[in-house]
Amino acid sequence: MSAVIEELHHDGHHHGPDKGIMRWVFTTNHKDIGTLYLWFSFLMFLTGGVLALGIRAELFQPGLQIVQPELFNQLTTMHGLIMVFGAVMPAFVGLANWLIPMMIGAPDMALPRMNNYSFWILPFAFGMLLSTFFMDGGAPNYGWTFYAPLSTDYAPPSVTFFIFAVHMMGISSIMGSINVVVTILNMRAPGMTLMKMPLFVWTWFITAYLLIAVMPVLAGVVTMMLMDIHFGTAFFNAGGGGDPVLFQHVFWFFGHPEVYIMILPAFGVVSAIIPTFARKRLFGYDSMVYATASIAFLSFIVWAHHMFTVGIPLAGELYFMYATMLIAVPTGVKVFNWVATMWQGAMTFETPMLFAIAFVILFTIGGLSGLMLAIVPADFQYHDTYFVVAHFHYVLVPGSIFSIMAAVYYWIPKWTGNMYDETLGKTHFWLSFIGVNVTFFPQHFIGLAGMPRRIPDYALQFADWNMVSSCGAFLFGFSQLLFLFIVIKCIRGGKKATDQVWEGAHGLEWTIPSPAPYHTFTTPPTSMKEAHG
Amino acid sequence: MSGKTEASKTIRQLIFVVVGMFGFGFAMVPLYDVLCEVTGFNGKTAGKYTATEVPDVREDRLVTIQFLASNNADMPWEFRPKVRTMKVHPGKLNTAEFYARNVTGETMVAQAVPSVTPFHAAEFLHKTECFCFEQQRLEAREDLDMPLRFIIDSQIPEDVKTLTLSYTLYDVTEQIGLATN
Repeated sequence: MSAVIEELHHDGHHHGPDKGIMRWVFTTNHKDIGTLYLWFSFLMFLTGGVLALGIRAELFQPGLQIVQPELFNQLTTMHGLIMVFGAVMPAFVGLANWLIPMMIGAPDMALPRMNNYSFWILPFAFGMLLSTFFMDGGAPNYGWTFYAPLSTDYAPPSVTFFIFAVHMMGISSIMGSINVVVTILNMRAPGMTLMKMPLFVWTWFITAYLLIAVMPVLAGVVTMMLMDIHFGTAFFNAGGGGDPVLFQHVFWFFGHPEVYIMILPAFGVVSAIIPTFARKRLFGYDSMVYATASIAFLSFIVWAHHMFTVGIPLAGELYFMYATMLIAVPTGVKVFNWVATMWQGAMTFETPMLFAIAFVILFTIGGLSGLMLAIVPADFQYHDTYFVVAHFHYVLVPGSIFSIMAAVYYWIPKWTGNMYDETLGKTHFWLSFIGVNVTFFPQHFIGLAGMPRRIPDYALQFADWNMVSSCGAFLFGFSQLLFLFIVIKCIRGGKKATDQVWEGAHGLEWTIPSPAPYHTFTTPPTSMKEAHG
Repeated sequence: MSGKTEASKTIRQLIFVVVGMFGFGFAMVPLYDVLCEVTGFNGKTAGKYTATEVPDVREDRLVTIQFLASNNADMPWEFRPKVRTMKVHPGKLNTAEFYARNVTGETMVAQAVPSVTPFHAAEFLHKTECFCFEQQRLEAREDLDMPLRFIIDSQIPEDVKTLTLSYTLYDVTEQIGLATN
């Protein structure tokens, strides 16, 4: 792998990168670390994807065929944990590393050594998490939300390894976020005021604050679990004066901001791509910034909408219902702005634009099912069914993951100096687009009809849609090998990219040569005209 | 140069937030308990009640109270209310009994945890004496009648005609073992 990526930076002037594997171990270069994050997250994406295909293979037909319920529970749990913490989050951190310094005219991240640590913690954290598959009692089987007492009294012995893996991921995220905030606050080029920053930088700035605020709460809740399991405390054990519902409150106080951590940078990516291919300035830049900040604020005060059925007083349910619905307002502002940016634009439909437009449409579908789930009386029917699965996969797969793919297609010419293969890129898009909808749209139907999530078997009336869904999942899954092929092909060669790459692209990263030299902006840029489209 | 000090100031502030939020996670534990006890959220009943004034008995009103007893997962004891339902006047002191028997051949310690439905009635159920205030220790095959003395507050909302007091019995033998060793 390193030999392939070596070419990425072949014309670095000043000090080029070190040679060999040690370059990657000791690197403090934001571009190297960004590359490491992106490859790592892709590896985790494939790992989590294999687990998902195991789930869909079992659900292809009713009855138990391939995996037993014990393993099925481990598959759903590990799929969720790996996709959330291993694929989506590190991919966005990788994009942040590559792009933020180039977008704000900084030579590197503010804390390069810590940047190296935050990446290298991750392989160990996920190595430890994945090793639990080979332990007595198996891997975590209590769902990615690890509700107590499933994750305490009834957990397999490997839970302790899970707890430490979560601690390590948390430390990595917190260090990464501190780095992002310090970089943005202290290293902007002269003239790059906050309200001139590209939206990708803005959304990451706000995401980093969310991470700094809630990852410690996640660390707290797993620490309480650790104490309950090993030190005889009773935080979540009713027999000792604790309360299992408390677990859900603390978890979702982390968990709800977490879902915005996975989508805000996606908003930033889409806000960069749509203006480029519509050849217009982004409509409503200021309102985009305020909408992002509002969503981040609201994310802290709506957590109990995940727990409507635990027995919350009516007043509480009403409050959380209305507060949740309020999030649709700033989100609607964003969707409106993207559509208004495209309005009367001179649009072309290269692969990044296709992914970005699909993002706007499919993310909105996921948002609408989210509004349905926010309605308390309806939620009692939808709770823990495949409708919920369909909802959050619509916002995460054609939401976050499409935006990451859009970002890779959009910026890879800048990273490698070569254009990717447009025909293959469009093929990848259409296969993914069809695959994702065939997989997840039918899950709305079986969910409304009452199929519960996280169960390896189901009643016969759900059979047809499950078969359709499984076919879509395999189509989507195998299409990603095409993505891998396209990326490797692009690294190895292809049509040379110009500095600006895209006719309509604006921003500091498009003023430097393609491929981006190993060191950029060692002297700050002077003109801010190009700051944001 | 000033850039460096600016950066370390930002870092210090951010680390302070991280530590603070880690602490906040733990602070949610007592906050949650206080909130539940004050409001009766979650059906939590308050601790031992001592009357501060002579209660005014509502002879004109009858409230039905149902008793439920259940065992947590692996708890082997026999556990049931001696009377399943009572009709009581708000403001009056009542007595009920629960029966528990350790059916195993070993000494065990149990803790009963109460919960009241509907939740908004929880704060109007006052217990002056309850077996749930302490742990119950039973020798092998020993049994016990456990008392519960309670007053339903005369201020209880008119819409509450029936309330359910449920106890779940937890095996805490091991935790006690941990504490004494």
